[in-house]
Order: sequence, then structure tokens, then C-alpha cells
Amino acid sequence: MILETEGLTKEFAGFTAVNGVTLQVKRGTIHALIGPNGAGKTTCFNLLTKFLIPTRGRITFNGQDITALQPADVARLGLVRSFQISAVFPHMSVLENVRIALQRARGGSFDFWRSASVLNSYNQRALELIEDVGLSSFANWLAVELPYGRKRALEIATTLALDPEMLLLDEPTAGMGHEDIDRIAQLIKRVAADRTVLMVEHNLSVVSDLSDTITVLTRGRVLAEGDYKTVSANPEVREAYMGTGHA
Amino acid sequence: MEQRVAEPIATPEVQPTVWRTQSATILFVVMVVGLIVAPFFTYPLFLMQAMCFALFACAFNLLIGYVGLLSFGHALYFGWASYLSAYSAKAWGFTPELAILTGTATGAVLGLLAGSLAIRRQGIYFAMITLALAQMMFFFALQAKFTGGEDGIQAVPRGHLFGLIDLSKEMNMYIVVLVIFLAGFLFIYRIIHSPFGEVLKAIRENETRAISLGYKTDRYKLVAFVLSATLAGAAGGTKAIVLQLASLTDVNWPMSGEVVLMTLVGGLGTIFGPVLGSFIILVMQYKLAAVGEWVLVIQGVIFVACVLLFRRGIVGELANKLKIRL
Ligand SMILES: Nc1ncnc2c1ncn2[C@@H]1O[C@H](COP(=O)(O)OP(=O)(O)OP(=O)(O)O)[C@@H](O)[C@H]1O
Ligand SMILES: [Mg+2]
Repeated sequence: MILETEGLTKEFAGFTAVNGVTLQVKRGTIHALIGPNGAGKTTCFNLLTKFLIPTRGRITFNGQDITALQPADVARLGLVRSFQISAVFPHMSVLENVRIALQRARGGSFDFWRSASVLNSYNQRALELIEDVGLSSFANWLAVELPYGRKRALEIATTLALDPEMLLLDEPTAGMGHEDIDRIAQLIKRVAADRTVLMVEHNLSVVSDLSDTITVLTRGRVLAEGDYKTVSANPEVREAYMGTGHA
Repeated sequence: MEQRVAEPIATPEVQPTVWRTQSATILFVVMVVGLIVAPFFTYPLFLMQAMCFALFACAFNLLIGYVGLLSFGHALYFGWASYLSAYSAKAWGFTPELAILTGTATGAVLGLLAGSLAIRRQGIYFAMITLALAQMMFFFALQAKFTGGEDGIQAVPRGHLFGLIDLSKEMNMYIVVLVIFLAGFLFIYRIIHSPFGEVLKAIRENETRAISLGYKTDRYKLVAFVLSATLAGAAGGTKAIVLQLASLTDVNWPMSGEVVLMTLVGGLGTIFGPVLGSFIILVMQYKLAAVGEWVLVIQGVIFVACVLLFRRGIVGELANKLKIRL
């Protein structure tokens, strides 16, 4: 197990968004977290990456208790997330966006006396990552000028730039066209070869295609867990989705 | 299960805005030449004062424009640096360069103290804490003996630079101020265009994302804050030697407001904006000296006009129109 939670709970002013979630993510797998809107998936991500402080529960990453860490420390341990609402640096170029993540490899960047041209050594790698997500022809665009789907792609490239041991992707294909969904799905599959991925995803064909394990969340609780076949056959899961089945 | 509707993705036919950078170099040369010839056409004392304020505004802009932090008490570093420079020159007989360094160090130390207290706060709370600390230190300046209270520290000797060059000669003083201003300006330019500056920009653009990439953003913000306070200190210290005066005006809150106004008028987040802004505001204050208190009202109107009509400030609007970086 690379990531484990035990009775993870988050209460917002009397409303329990995440309720005693016990989750085990096996190293080297793609694990999907699915569930209807408002189920608490994003809140879970926020708890795992310490952007929210859990009301109760414990989180272990690589056997280390990370419940009390700061978000930046969690990222440094190799647990890096993307955001549901595209998180890019709007008035920086696509290249600069990716480079800011690559720059983390220098350790701290407190050298205010040095020219930023020392960062050009990261350009090559940045362009490779940009190509991986299909953004080559956009490398010099300001991120703010990209269409929505491309922003998502940029965010994934930036996340990958940290070469994290484990990625948390919050709806990586949301807002993308079919072609781009395929591209990103292939990319996730490829990067997951030597990494662990935990992702929230609404597109069921992506989920069924990629995931080794699926956890279904409703109203903050784990409803079911297993591979795609087991989970989709579960009557409770079918009911939670009100019979819509495959989207 | 819900499938979100895909948005059609545009093909990259339309090239995005390309930001040319060499225009900044040209403008810098124009600025330097202008400042070299200016004292032959107008009062050197006025120009020196304007350069001190320009450096002060540039230092302030480093925070608001490049980190997105609104410090509403920057008079604290400017004013206290001014006191310490004046005092060390007058009471301890420091040479002018040592006196200015004393002021600069004062800015750094106060910046570190105030910054450590304020940096964890966000947005308006950050502005309020910086203002509260500045006001606290204003009252201290009012009460303390060595600041001279209402009188301030007057008749500060300009002295001899390195014990050699007589700064009571206006042109000598002018060259020293010009060098300090340009050094400060270039230093800020370097900070902005350094690996550190890249992280600052990322923090300004999206702090949460920067944290999620593993940056301890509070530390970067604190370093930027100390650098800004240090440069504000250099400006205040130089001002005290130039005008041979340190007074309560320098530490009081309208001074903090003025530097916000200068930066806003010129264009926040542009390197030249604060320079232009401070010259404009100072010229205005001189021209309008006759109308007395009304200057404040006029400044208020300009402030509102800036916020409502041209948010980017003069240089900012210009850069945006011409698609260049200034
Ligand atoms: N900061 C907050 N304060 C109060 N309530 C919150 C907060 N964040 C989330 N919630 C609530 O918690 C519940 C779970 O939200 P969450 O964003 O985790 O859902 P989700 O499963 O990610 O949904 P979606 O599929 O729409 O992204 C929602 O009812 C939401 O309104
Ligand atoms: Mg969500």
C-alpha cells in the first residue's frame, strides 16, 4: 500500500462532507474515486493533500503518517495533485508554467541575485512534457489564453513535471473533446507504468479503461469498492446513479 | 453517470499576444539619459527627491505588483530608515554612505520583524496588520526623544562621501542619488527576472497551485517583503541626507498612501510605472502647493479615477496597447 486512510472525516459546520472513509491505494495501480456530484471526492483530495485539515482520521503515505503535515511538505514527499478547477498560472506562458514545476528540482529558489536564464536548462524537458500533452504549438501562449481543455492538459503536464511517486488527478478529462480525452487517457496509462494514480473521473469509459480499482463514494461514505465489473454490478451503486448506468 | 459536455477546442491558428521585451531596454536608456540631462533644466533638489520616492515606489511595487501583497504601511521602513540615517549622520558623525547603509539596514530589520508577523495573513488582513504595525511605530516616533518629535531631525549634514567628496555641492549629491536610484532599480529588475522572481510570479498568479507544487510560499513572500522593506529603507535613508531632514511626515500613514497612489498611477506590476507615477505625483504636489489641503482631495480624485478608468496605470495601459512589456 502506498496510501492509506483510516476513518477519514471532514465536517463543515455540522455538515459531514467526508464520513469515516477508509481507503487503501495499492502501489503502482490506477485507482478511481467516483460518485455523484457532492459526494465528497474533491474534499477527500483536499484532505489527502492537506489543503483541508481532517476533523478525524489518519493518513499514511509510504508508511509515514502525514496527517499533521503542511501541503507543500506532502508535495515534496511525492504526493502531488491537480485541481478540479483548472489551476494554471494564467499570466505566465505554457513553457513557464511547466518550468516552475521543473524548477522545484533545484530545491529552494531563493537566489534573487541570479538571472532567470539559468532556468533555460529546463526548457528541453519542459517542451517534452508539453508535447506529451499535445500542447507543442501552444508553448509560447499565455496560459490564460488557452481554451479550457488545453488548460487541463497544461495542468497535467505541470503535475508530471514534478515526477511524483503518486498523482492525484481531480477530473483530468473534464471539458475536453473526444480526441483529447483519448490522448490524456493514454498519457495517464503511460505515466502510471511506474507510478500510482488516484483519480476522480466522471467519464465512465475512461474509468473502466484505466482503473485497476474503483471506490464509489456517496454522501461522504464509501458505498462500494472493487474492479469495474464488481462495482458496476453492485445494485446499490446502480441505484446511487439512479439507473443511468453507463454514461 | 454524468458526462460533461466537451467544449470544442480551438486550433492554434490565431497567434497569441507576443510580448516584446527589448522595448524595456530602450525605455531604460531613455530614462537614464533623461535623468542625466534633467538637472540642467530643472531643480536638482526636486529631481533628487523624486528619485528617492521613485525608488520607494519601485520597492513597494515589488510586493504589490510581483507578489500580489498589499502592504499598507510602507512608510514604516521609509520613515524609520530616514530617522536612523539622519541620526547617525548628525549625532554619530557617520559619513553619508554609512548613514544611508544604516537606514537601509533599519528597513531590513523592521521588514523582517513586521513581515514575520504579517505574512501568514491573506488579503485585507495582511494590509491591516502592516498598517497597524506602521501606526504603532508612528506613535513611537512621536514619543521617542531621539526623533525630535514634532520637529524631526533637522540640519542633517550631508558630509563627504567616503570622507572625500563634498556632497553639499548639489551636483555631487545628484550623482550619488542617481547611482543609488539606478542601482536599486536594476536590483529590482534582477529580482523580478531571477529564479526567485519566477516563483514570486507563480505565487501572485495562483498561490494554492504554487503550494501544491511544493513551494513553501510563506517563505518566499517573507524574503520578498524583507527585500522590499530594505529598498524602501535605502530610499528613506537617501532622502534624509538629500533633504537634510527626517520628520514625522515620513513615517505617517499618508506617506504609505502616497506610495500606493504613485504606483497605481504609473502602473502596478510594471517596472517603469512607479518611477513615472512618483514624478507625476510630486510635480502635482509642487504645482498645487498653493491650494493647500485641497491637494489631498485632488489626489483622492486621481485615485478613484485610476481605479475606475485605467486600472493598469499609465505605463500599464501603454504596454498593453503596444503589446510590450515595460
Ligand atoms: N469549504 C466547504 N465548506 C462547506 N461545505 C463544503 C466545503 N467544501 C465542500 N463542501 C460541501 O461538501 C460536499 C462535498 O463536496 P465535494 O466538492 O467534495 O464533492 P465532489 O464529490 O467533488 O463533487 P463534484 O463531482 O461536483 O466535484 C458538497 O455538498 C459541498 O457543498
Ligand atoms: Mg469535485
